[in-house]
Amino acid sequence: MTRSPIEDFFNLREVSILKIKEMKDKGIKVVGSYCTYCPTELILAAGAIPVSLCGTKEEPISAAERTLPRNLCPLIKSSYGFAVTDTCPFFYFSDLIVGETTCDGKKKMFEQMQQLKPVHVMELPTIKKSEASFQLWVEEIRRLRVWLEENLSVKITDEAIWQAIEIVNQERSLIKAICDLNQIDPPPLSGLSLLTVSWSRSFNSDKAETIRMLRDLKERLAVHQPDQVSVKQRILLTGCPVGLGTEKVIRLTEELGGAVVALENCSGYKTLELQTNTEYSDPIVALADKYLQIPCSCMSPNPYRLELLERMIHDFRIDAVIDLTWQACHTYNIEAYQVEQLVQQKGLPYLHLESDYSSTDLESLKVRIEALLEMAGNS
Amino acid sequence: MLAVGIDVGSISTKVVVIDGNKISHLIKPTGWSPRQVGLESYQEILEREGYNQNQVGYIVGTGYGRISLPFVHKVVTEITCHGRGASFLQPQTQLVIDVGGQDSKVIKIDRQGKVQNFIMNDKCAAGTGRFLQVMAATLGLEVSELAELGKLGELRSPQGDGAGSPLVINSMCTVFAESEVIGLLAQGVDKASIVAALHCSIAKRVAAMAKRIGVEGPVTFTGGVARNEGIRAKLEQELNVPVIVPPECQFAGALGAALIGQEILLRKRALH
Repeated sequence: MTRSPIEDFFNLREVSILKIKEMKDKGIKVVGSYCTYCPTELILAAGAIPVSLCGTKEEPISAAERTLPRNLCPLIKSSYGFAVTDTCPFFYFSDLIVGETTCDGKKKMFEQMQQLKPVHVMELPTIKKSEASFQLWVEEIRRLRVWLEENLSVKITDEAIWQAIEIVNQERSLIKAICDLNQIDPPPLSGLSLLTVSWSRSFNSDKAETIRMLRDLKERLAVHQPDQVSVKQRILLTGCPVGLGTEKVIRLTEELGGAVVALENCSGYKTLELQTNTEYSDPIVALADKYLQIPCSCMSPNPYRLELLERMIHDFRIDAVIDLTWQACHTYNIEAYQVEQLVQQKGLPYLHLESDYSSTDLESLKVRIEALLEMAGNS
Repeated sequence: MLAVGIDVGSISTKVVVIDGNKISHLIKPTGWSPRQVGLESYQEILEREGYNQNQVGYIVGTGYGRISLPFVHKVVTEITCHGRGASFLQPQTQLVIDVGGQDSKVIKIDRQGKVQNFIMNDKCAAGTGRFLQVMAATLGLEVSELAELGKLGELRSPQGDGAGSPLVINSMCTVFAESEVIGLLAQGVDKASIVAALHCSIAKRVAAMAKRIGVEGPVTFTGGVARNEGIRAKLEQELNVPVIVPPECQFAGALGAALIGQEILLRKRALH
């Protein structure tokens, strides 16, 4: 019996918790974040451990609803719920939290979170093209640098930032290479495996180890020989962030006979093409340039997401697109119209789903996804 | 060889048998056991038409109870089946509106009846047959009486409240709409006007879904609710295109399922 190539990633979170505890005991600081806009390079350069924080499970939502409105994005409620009930070990170990003003819900939630831990909120501009936006974002990264230096009592040197940039660039190009392996048919990784790898890695305390694990996985997958011709519909999932605990759409799609071959969302492909340009003289400007390119729906306009989707549809030989919006996420919900237009222009079936973290709508999701697979030729 | 389609809906179960050019159908209430009623209605139609089970070449199950039919060869969603069935009944149609017991859907199809796009109502009973059932019960009426009474209300409601404007039910939620109806009854508003307003409420809700998909050409209206002429007329008014209800409107899903079964049989035969 051969070991599953992604087994290490299944246990990554648990293993990481123990390691973080050991490192905390040695006096190393931990900085938690929720979003891909957080420049983790600065945290690494400060000698601290950057970790993702929990926000992809339903359990703590009811606790969050004691403070937050019900009709709010489940990701925000789950994140806050984990924090307020102290059930996210990564939040528990975090000395500091970094947030961003990506959406109104998060921005206002962070104000409440301040009561629990020191939270630094970065002002993210949402119009990419203007020079003022860029300058603002550069200044925000500088402000984060100062805040981290003061709160962690360290000096963050340019040299340390460049080193961190190198590591993050390397990690990202490896994950991209792994995701790209799914361009072949049948894909070496199922959608759930893909999610496990790309989502779990952000919880690892040791970037060098993540890089080793990814390199190992890439080598093992590269020898994968498709043993049969695939008859499965190749599905691209786009939209709001998905993690383990909220993988219901991926799970249902695969149970119904589809293959989710690519994920264009935050922990997935969305940021994978973006490398920090090391030709800049100032590492902060280099970071600002990279992070501002992330095609989140909070950006207006957001043409890069559509370009990326178009390319992914081609490269991953997509048969149909599922666009998942979490309840009350206005920006992804509205942008769904543009995505629909794009996908239909390509002559492919498109399904927009609006859901939350609960299991109440499994049956109605199922019939819609099943119908989409039938539209894509699976009948 | 016979092709059979079985559509187990939340309220009624429909069976269609295709025997060459002969199409027979049967409908009965689903009740509490979709599994049992599915099998029973299948056996019943075979017996009634004088077929035996050995003649059956392919069975396709559809509808919400499709997973509870162990004897079918294939399961296909009601979306794909309704598209196929409606296209057979109305070959010109490119848009199908199906309002069934627990959901309503709008399906865009091509000339072959293949689904191009679809939209379904959200998680609640608004704009479905269940909504009508609950309202009929509140009014002490049978669902089958609604259409006739609604027509009366149509004539009356412009002057119904004396102010010249038609009566409106504001709530989409079945529970809140029921409270609203109870309130109107308490105010002494006549049942006919309330029924007309309820028809209007469903039609508006369903029309909004259709407009989201894009309305082109004549629309085929299927499902149990399509038998209600008041809703059909309101829908036509809202959409501004002819809304056609085929006589077999309740069988579109089962028919589509049987057609898919027949196609599979033909394909198999061609291979041999």
